[in-house]
Amino acid sequence: MAKRSLEPILWLLFSAGGVVSALLVPILVLLLGIAFPLGWLSAPSHEHLFAVLRHPLTRVALFGVCVLSLFHGAHRFRFTLYDGLQIKHLNELINLFCYGGAIALSLWAGYLLWVVP
Amino acid sequence: MSDQSAEHPGYTEYHPRWLRRRPSTYWWLERRAYLAFITRELSSIFIAWFIVYLLLFIRAVSRGDASYQQFLAWSRHPVVLVLNVVTFLFVVFHAFTWFNLAPKAMVVHVGGKRLPASVISASNYAAWVAATAFVVWLLLGG
Amino acid sequence: MPDRITMQVARYRPEEDGGQSVQAYEVPCPKDWVVLDGLNYIKDRLDGSLSYRWSCRMGVCGSCGMTVNGEPKLTCETFLSEYGNGPVRVEPLRNFPVIRDLVVEIGDFMRKLVMVKPWIIRADEQDVSAGEYRQTPAELDEYKQFSMCINCMLCYSACPIYGLEPAFIGPAAIALAQRYNLDSRDEGSAERLDVLSEHDGIWGCTFVGECTEVCPKHVDPAGAIQRYKLTAALAGLKSFVLPRSAR
Repeated sequence: MAKRSLEPILWLLFSAGGVVSALLVPILVLLLGIAFPLGWLSAPSHEHLFAVLRHPLTRVALFGVCVLSLFHGAHRFRFTLYDGLQIKHLNELINLFCYGGAIALSLWAGYLLWVVP
Repeated sequence: MSDQSAEHPGYTEYHPRWLRRRPSTYWWLERRAYLAFITRELSSIFIAWFIVYLLLFIRAVSRGDASYQQFLAWSRHPVVLVLNVVTFLFVVFHAFTWFNLAPKAMVVHVGGKRLPASVISASNYAAWVAATAFVVWLLLGG
Repeated sequence: MPDRITMQVARYRPEEDGGQSVQAYEVPCPKDWVVLDGLNYIKDRLDGSLSYRWSCRMGVCGSCGMTVNGEPKLTCETFLSEYGNGPVRVEPLRNFPVIRDLVVEIGDFMRKLVMVKPWIIRADEQDVSAGEYRQTPAELDEYKQFSMCINCMLCYSACPIYGLEPAFIGPAAIALAQRYNLDSRDEGSAERLDVLSEHDGIWGCTFVGECTEVCPKHVDPAGAIQRYKLTAALAGLKSFVLPRSAR
């Protein structure tokens, strides 16, 4: 019987997050972080964005994107700390920081998406 | 032999003192492939930053037009802008490396034959184009 | 094309104080000489005290792996002419303790190899009179690539994770486990899963991919590991969700 560790599940979250972030984050960064603020493309009207955001499907999809991307980043960063900085002996602290951070931000995402008026 | 052991306590005739070389803290600078690997792994920080930015964006839109405009103004601040440009570069690097490596993990059999890696890569890229087009349509349409 | 080339060979003698040193030798450099030929010339003509491993000299035994100009290579397959005017720096394989000169301690790999049970495991052995186990060419293709491993350990030398965490089971061991997991005659995947799904099993791998780059037999251990991560993750998920039906 395989030992019941969390590693397989964390890896599955990492993989799913990797796919989702690879597919969606580049264009979102380009539009929301660069093109709209700089006016390369005229930023959509608040009305339009708000209408898109409020839709239940958008909220669910955004929640999924946020949670999966956060766990992807957390998992990858944890191993970067282990291998890049060779501080694996601090692994409990690292796990707390990485996955704890991902959970905290996921909760915030859930809250923000829930309370969209 | 015995006085050799006394002088070199780690060495006996049958078990020599092995030389153990520890990796340097900067092992990731020693080869181009390692540097590319660490760069790819560091994209994780920028993904996390972008999700924070996205959540701030969502919060601003939720609070009305004024706060949305204020947020856009804030995101024009040079520090934020540069951060987002760097984020974009790292995230694109993540996407390319991910789609190129994904075929290794997925072996897909269609009708008894194994799909070549290039087909799986190509379908990943096609999905990327489709997802991008969808987001553009969603945000800019209407 | 020079007719002589300098080889800078790492020396280490455990019976003396001090660590590694480098000794330079000038060897002839005919067009068809490999690094191993250079080392044999040194041992035969210049310095008989040099210690190193080699055997088949044709890239099938896996004995002669060393670090040549910073890269893990089979010295019997690496031509001196690749290095132009030289010098050619030969060091013991990285990530392993050095016993003497260019000889490294490989006991760790040998133990890990046994841990993954690299043999056909069956619940019931077929009786000999029933004939051979049959396998279609397609079934053979599933695992053939992973069966090409010659245990040369260049992949362990290239893997930064193995260098940082010696408990990591490593690329070749996982690829060899996969060679058996994917073999249609084998029924032992569950047994291997226990060993491989520990923290220092496959989960230590972060897909650097260098193991595949240096493999002289094109085994693609990185691919084997990623495929196995998916298999093991789904099995792990199943055992989490349905603990009693996991076997």
